[in-house]
Amino acid sequence: MLGYTLKQLSEALQKKEFSSAELTQFYLDRIQKYDGEIAAYNFVNENVLTQAKAVDERRAKGEALPAYAGIPMALKDLIIQKDMPATCSSRILEGFVPPFQGTAAQLLEDAGFLCLGKLSMDEFAMGSSNETAYYKKTKNPWDTTRVPGGSSGGSAAAVAAGLTTFALGSDTGGSIRQPASLCGITGMKPTYGRVSRFGLIAFASSLDQIGPMTATIQDNAAVLSVIGKYDKKDSTSLDVAQEDYTKYLTGDVKGMKIGVPREYFAEGITAEVRECVNNAIKAYEAMGCEIVDISMPHTEYAVATYYIIATAEASSNLGRYDGIRFGYRAEADSLKDMFYETRSQGFGDEVKRRIMLGTYVLSAGYYDAYYIKAQKVRTLIKQDFVDAFEKVDAIICPTSPTTAFKAGEKMSDPLQMYLSDINTISLNLYGGCGLSMPCGFGSDGMPIGVQLLGKYFDEGRLYNLAYAFEQQAKLPVMPEKLK
Amino acid sequence: MSFLIKTIEVCKVSQTVSKQDVLHIATLARLKFDDEQAERFTNDLNNILGYIEKLNELNTDNIEPTSHALDVFTVTREDKAAPSLSNEDAVRNAPKSENGMFRVPKVIE
Repeated sequence: MLGYTLKQLSEALQKKEFSSAELTQFYLDRIQKYDGEIAAYNFVNENVLTQAKAVDERRAKGEALPAYAGIPMALKDLIIQKDMPATCSSRILEGFVPPFQGTAAQLLEDAGFLCLGKLSMDEFAMGSSNETAYYKKTKNPWDTTRVPGGSSGGSAAAVAAGLTTFALGSDTGGSIRQPASLCGITGMKPTYGRVSRFGLIAFASSLDQIGPMTATIQDNAAVLSVIGKYDKKDSTSLDVAQEDYTKYLTGDVKGMKIGVPREYFAEGITAEVRECVNNAIKAYEAMGCEIVDISMPHTEYAVATYYIIATAEASSNLGRYDGIRFGYRAEADSLKDMFYETRSQGFGDEVKRRIMLGTYVLSAGYYDAYYIKAQKVRTLIKQDFVDAFEKVDAIICPTSPTTAFKAGEKMSDPLQMYLSDINTISLNLYGGCGLSMPCGFGSDGMPIGVQLLGKYFDEGRLYNLAYAFEQQAKLPVMPEKLK
Repeated sequence: MSFLIKTIEVCKVSQTVSKQDVLHIATLARLKFDDEQAERFTNDLNNILGYIEKLNELNTDNIEPTSHALDVFTVTREDKAAPSLSNEDAVRNAPKSENGMFRVPKVIE
């Protein structure tokens, strides 16, 4: 059953080549066998097999079922699924079981998908290596001494190791694309407002977006077609029509203009990554695309801008964790001490660092110097994209400057860790869509990812471009030892 | 990335926030630090703020700030009563509750 696309799984289930219970058991067995080492799952849904059997019974009775009825999948542990634990990989959400349903989970459920469980992540999606996770520090399936990337590291590793058919992740500054790149899979950050954020535990509200992480482009397009729907429960959801993105997968990309921004190929990019991405560019040229050199002059200011805006929003969003209504509570004699102790014991160092930075840049006397300044630079970064998309249809660049680094390598230097996201962050400040897909391997045997960036709601074009490349490259999406 | 690394190294010498500042910010954020943590966070914040100083290279006079990626408008719904979480569900996750209410340590002496 490994290597089936969602479409093939759907057809096989309908033809009764295997049952949903068999398919689900297959994934549960793989989780049992491999997750001890990979550590991708924070929580495995013990009811999923019963749910699969119920689907099989309905199918046996000849009931009309949704397209993906009985196919298992998994969610990053900040996406709310009713009655299933949601921890954000943080001690402060220990024991939290949401009493309501998130929209993305609901749409997947409506399409027939079953949830295998919740996947590890950097605590509150803050990190680039999955090492800030409180419960499980996920390993890269290609080499378990290396990180899977972050913050959706658990989602990326679970897909790469075949521990789920696909997973949902979230991307605030590259948290879908960077781990997808480091684990050799495909990850899409949709346009801001494309997927409802209702039921996404907030990190930075003006940047966060849920997206699919999959083994193939076709699967990715199929999943976004399900979850990319306007939602009146989310005031930032945009009222645009739902699309079937699989219809874009023609493979015909002739005449498309692809921009190569010189600033994304700066010195920090390793020679291997640069070469690999350049080969992808050549492949597009051979497919009849026009390659255009472009400049996005404010790129070097993106990381600084991001860390002001994201931490400011985070410090506000994380104010709600006080030990009163949900999650972890530290024992204390007074209410005030309870707040201090709960937050001090409940949050890890990286989260505290960002709350501190966010509180500082929003505090009296510094608000204009930092926060407003960053918002103005955000305007300039956004304008770089607007200008670029007047000249080209899409932008191509490396996703991550390096292949997956060794666990522990960057943990002592927060700033170096922040720079892991240097090529992904700008897009979130602009709000467009971006996809990372595998384009080769380094001499260390680790996957290298290439990124395609698009304008608002242009996911269909990115999928077609990615699909055309995928059909040619035919790269393995899973390490041989895990097959 | 080397141009960024150089910037970081240069900035490590300048001190923007003191340990006292860090303890004050911690109070605002309802966090407690011991001496070693306060020291470490002072160092981290100074490194990060030093790097952020980079933005001052840019002249942003007459540039409008962007608070959201896309144009987002205030969305309101019809002023009509609708079902919400039940009391039972609302307190279900509370570390301590009593009679459908959140129980907290004593506030008034």
